[in-house]
Amino acid sequence: MTAATTTAPTDATRYLRHGRPLWRRALLRPESVIILAIVLLLIVGTLTVPFFAQPYTYQTMILNAAPVLIMLLPVTLIIITGDIDLSVGSILGFSSALFGLAFQAGVPVGLAAVIGVVAGGLVGVLNGVLVTVVGLPSLAVTIGTLALFRGIAVGLLGTTSITDFPAEIPRFLTAPLLGLPFPVVTVAIIVLAIAFGLLLHFTPFGRGVFAIGLSPENAAFSGVPVNRTRLILFVLSGLVAGATGVYFTLQYSNAIGTNGFGFELQVVTAIVLGGVSIWGGKGTLLGALAGGLLIAALNKTLQLAGIGSDTISIVTGAALIFSVVVASIAGFISRRRRSKASAVTAAA
Amino acid sequence: MTDTTPLMQLTGVSKSFGAVKALISADLTLEAGSIHALVGENGAGKSTLVKIIGGLYHRDDGEFTLEGQSVDFHNTKEAKEAGIAVIYQEPTLFPDLTVAENIFVGRQPYTRFGGLDRAKMRRETLELTRRLGVPIDPEREARGLSIADQQVVEIAKSISVGAKVIIMDEPTAALSGVEVDRLMGIARQLRDEGRGLIFISHRFDEVFSLCDTITVMRDGTYIATNKAAEVTEDAIIRQMVGRSVENLFPKQETTIGEPVLEVKNLTSAGVFDDVSFTVRSGEIVAFAGLVGAGRSEIARAVFGVDRYDSGSVSIGGKAVPPKNPMAAMRLGMGFVPEDRRKQGLAMAAGVQQNITLAIRENLAKFGFITSSLEEPAARTWASRLQVKTHALDTEASMLSGGNQQKVVLGKWLATQPKFLIVDEPTRGIDVGTKSEVHRLLSELAGTGVALLMISSELPEVLGMADRVLVVREGRITAELSREQATPENVMYAATHATEEGEAAA
Amino acid sequence: MSVTHSVPPVEAGRSWIQKLLRAREFGLVVLIIALVAVTAAIQPTFVFSDGGWRELLRQPTILILIAIGEAIVIITRNIDLSVGSILCLSTYTSGFLFANVEGMPIPLVVLIGVALGAFLGLINGLLVAFLKVPSLVITLGTLYAYRGIAILWIGPHFIRSSWLPPEFRQFGTTPFLTIPLLLIVVLIVVLLVGWFMTSRRAGRDLYALGSNPEAATLFGLSERRLTLTAFTTSGALAGLAGLVYLAIYATGDAKVGTGYELEAVAAAVVGGVAIVGGSGTIWGVALGAFFLATISSALPVLGVPSLWQQALVGLFIVGAILLDRILFITRTRRAKRSGSAS
Repeated sequence: MTAATTTAPTDATRYLRHGRPLWRRALLRPESVIILAIVLLLIVGTLTVPFFAQPYTYQTMILNAAPVLIMLLPVTLIIITGDIDLSVGSILGFSSALFGLAFQAGVPVGLAAVIGVVAGGLVGVLNGVLVTVVGLPSLAVTIGTLALFRGIAVGLLGTTSITDFPAEIPRFLTAPLLGLPFPVVTVAIIVLAIAFGLLLHFTPFGRGVFAIGLSPENAAFSGVPVNRTRLILFVLSGLVAGATGVYFTLQYSNAIGTNGFGFELQVVTAIVLGGVSIWGGKGTLLGALAGGLLIAALNKTLQLAGIGSDTISIVTGAALIFSVVVASIAGFISRRRRSKASAVTAAA
Repeated sequence: MTDTTPLMQLTGVSKSFGAVKALISADLTLEAGSIHALVGENGAGKSTLVKIIGGLYHRDDGEFTLEGQSVDFHNTKEAKEAGIAVIYQEPTLFPDLTVAENIFVGRQPYTRFGGLDRAKMRRETLELTRRLGVPIDPEREARGLSIADQQVVEIAKSISVGAKVIIMDEPTAALSGVEVDRLMGIARQLRDEGRGLIFISHRFDEVFSLCDTITVMRDGTYIATNKAAEVTEDAIIRQMVGRSVENLFPKQETTIGEPVLEVKNLTSAGVFDDVSFTVRSGEIVAFAGLVGAGRSEIARAVFGVDRYDSGSVSIGGKAVPPKNPMAAMRLGMGFVPEDRRKQGLAMAAGVQQNITLAIRENLAKFGFITSSLEEPAARTWASRLQVKTHALDTEASMLSGGNQQKVVLGKWLATQPKFLIVDEPTRGIDVGTKSEVHRLLSELAGTGVALLMISSELPEVLGMADRVLVVREGRITAELSREQATPENVMYAATHATEEGEAAA
Repeated sequence: MSVTHSVPPVEAGRSWIQKLLRAREFGLVVLIIALVAVTAAIQPTFVFSDGGWRELLRQPTILILIAIGEAIVIITRNIDLSVGSILCLSTYTSGFLFANVEGMPIPLVVLIGVALGAFLGLINGLLVAFLKVPSLVITLGTLYAYRGIAILWIGPHFIRSSWLPPEFRQFGTTPFLTIPLLLIVVLIVVLLVGWFMTSRRAGRDLYALGSNPEAATLFGLSERRLTLTAFTTSGALAGLAGLVYLAIYATGDAKVGTGYELEAVAAAVVGGVAIVGGSGTIWGVALGAFFLATISSALPVLGVPSLWQQALVGLFIVGAILLDRILFITRTRRAKRSGSAS
């Protein structure tokens, strides 16, 4: 294999990365496409769907989507390392059940909330240890803990539900924030998104996350603490899902065993829709968030358009398959273009 | 078959991958009842030629005849049906299937009730492996078989389909001495049965003792075919390299300073045993020995990628904690691993991402890192090492082997190591880049860096090293100074038991 | 050829008793017998009554069918999360046909139900094989999409038992030599699928693909064809399971089969199928499914609220993969030791 590229060597200007103008590169990114789709959807919704333009629409859209939007943040990092965490929905339910039971037993709300969050973190530790120390595939482990902790949540609460939380908390959580059409949780989403975004894209730790996803062996040889990183991410995922469990319980003022049922699939769907590769190594947090928002917006639009609130599943599924088909075709085209380009430069 | 029709003949075969010409014009004539060596440097096109014969690639141009008939394979199945079997260095068995099923996969015999005739498969497997002198339990899973036994399974498979042409692609690279003897015995037996064998190896002793004909390739082109009895090793090497060996290794004289790396009594049960050595500043120490002797394993343990049971490693007098590459790096250690594609690079990542991975913590400001912090570092090292690439975000997989290796070297030089391990630094690299890499390593030693080089290419070891440590079966069996290190001494220590090795030193 | 000095003696095949004791199937049979025995000791009617043993055998059939389909997919190193949704569509389509098409012959409806399942499975297979996208993502999508179609179509309606012809309703109970006919059908299907996977080349190719995909491609096995085979079979079996559901429960709405995908994966894993593909038997999976389904009916008798059933399922999944891992490590160690000893 001799001389694949015959480009002249070592002129510093040769290494300018930006072949195309900035706006074109930004526009062609998958997350930009999705954000564009969201904007278009909102415009179309506003123009054609009655009552869409009201602040209340945005208010409830965020409220409905909040748990998924929060939980997808750490799971995005997990997927970028090439692992997966399917247990977040069940951790939400588990944390919700413990939080509710603790509260019912007379524990102050604050302390009960801590119990819920810590419980989530412990499930994360369990996932992480099974994956990194024991060396089991994360898919199998988290399918197992998905069933296990949902089962424990359902088992603990049975068919009962705990609803006697102080009424002012849900009222506060669902009220508009400073008169804007967004609930309080929006702040939490933004803060956490910035925190995870910085962690993934602007820290050495995040560089390691990508390196693991691209090649775990190369990462290990380059001094990335592979197993420690993976473990930390599972614990973070557990903690965040635990916190979401507490929040979810308070927002609806209801702790039942089925809280968060099926959310893991919505989380993964949003992330994949947002252009994160399920093989690991590629993707952005912004894309994953945009994927989550797109699903939320689609769902709200269809609901208001009177197509029914049950359409979420068909929309989610169709969006997911559509996105992988498009990504697959785009990948095929860019590979062909690239191989042509390299042929051209070699001929020159 | 008459004497005039060769068993298999290829003439003027070429193959390109996009812009890369992997094969320019390859010729090969294989007679029945012969063992034919195919030699050439890494990148000479041997593997590509083998893959064309095996049906994995389709040739762009040239003649390919089998027993006088022109053939044209579009997949491995067609090649197999025509009687061609390829045995790779690391056989590709199905670990969950039994040995018998691995041999019969895709053509399992049925009983008259329509089920698999397992008894027949068992019987024939045992008979086949007995015939090869290596009976293997037909009912056991292929998982856990040694590489040598896996090769035997592959050979049994090729015999059972009646292969006329058997190609062995570096089969001995990962075998122990006894296993090599056994394999050579099998090869002779297959030859005596009238089959034609192609044997690819870098070990000239094997080539000369086993093969009757030697074809040399260089840079994708046919060079010459020799009768083994009528040619010397030196002549073959000249044909392979196309110039005299000395020019390849521009070794600079350096002043050797204080010890940098000290390894004491390093032991990992079943892998290596009681290994002690030092590497001084400005010194290039080479680990010589056969593949599988444990050289890479020792290096990996020193760097902390693998664990070890006992012993100690220190750099500049500071202890290096075990199983912690990050700590080793902080103390000034670097490691250019042998498998560039898997261990050295993230192939789907860009040049910049690869170069800055190991120094990501040093580049960070207040704990944060951005592309604009990484770019200067990446550009510096990419241009200093003359990496030929379009842009810093070009994927590593798009680069040639030599440029990929430069990226790996750049990544480690960027860490400004005091001690650098380079494991097979020039494997699969074209000759030009090879000497660039050698010059680079030499310069590096000149700046006072301590280097440990692992290489299976004897000329490279002899040309580059100030001191040669010969590793055999997990132990250092000889320490040779530059003056003492002759090919004979090194090979002797690498292949003979410890006492004799020390005697030779 | 005289190099025989280093030849290890061939183990003359471990005795069949040892093999039996080590097999996952054996462990499961013991577990099932123990579970049933303990339950029957507490409440004899669990087994020893007219309806008892029939119910005991009949209830797991749905899970068994989808689990063996799931197992085939997992053996090829894929996963099929859409089986629950496929089951739902098959159930409702069949009920709908009985209700709305006058004089629909039962075999034709069965055929349509199975064919619908196979078709939906084929779509999964095509997407996985041609897009080169992980099956987890594809079938996650179709899990939603198929369920969505069911919800859009069925809405709040549900199948009434009056829709079904009496012969079909009785199919679940009609005895043949005292054994319900339904059971015999499912048993034959399990035997057929099991025989295909152990004793036909195509079945072995599926194992080969999952065991080492690179080797399979190098060998010339068609990854696409095998992937299509696995997903289509899984879909067809889910379709059949949908009919069994209809025959047993004589009802069904848009929510039928929700969460079955996880139970199917659980049954496969408990039954000895490695999640990374290449190993496991259909018999083991059928027993695993039988075991998990029986637990849920035994729990109330054992004094545990049936609500804990899912937690147990989770525990068995985690336990089974841990056990597999431990067995794998000890086996590899043993193989290495015997290898280095020679």
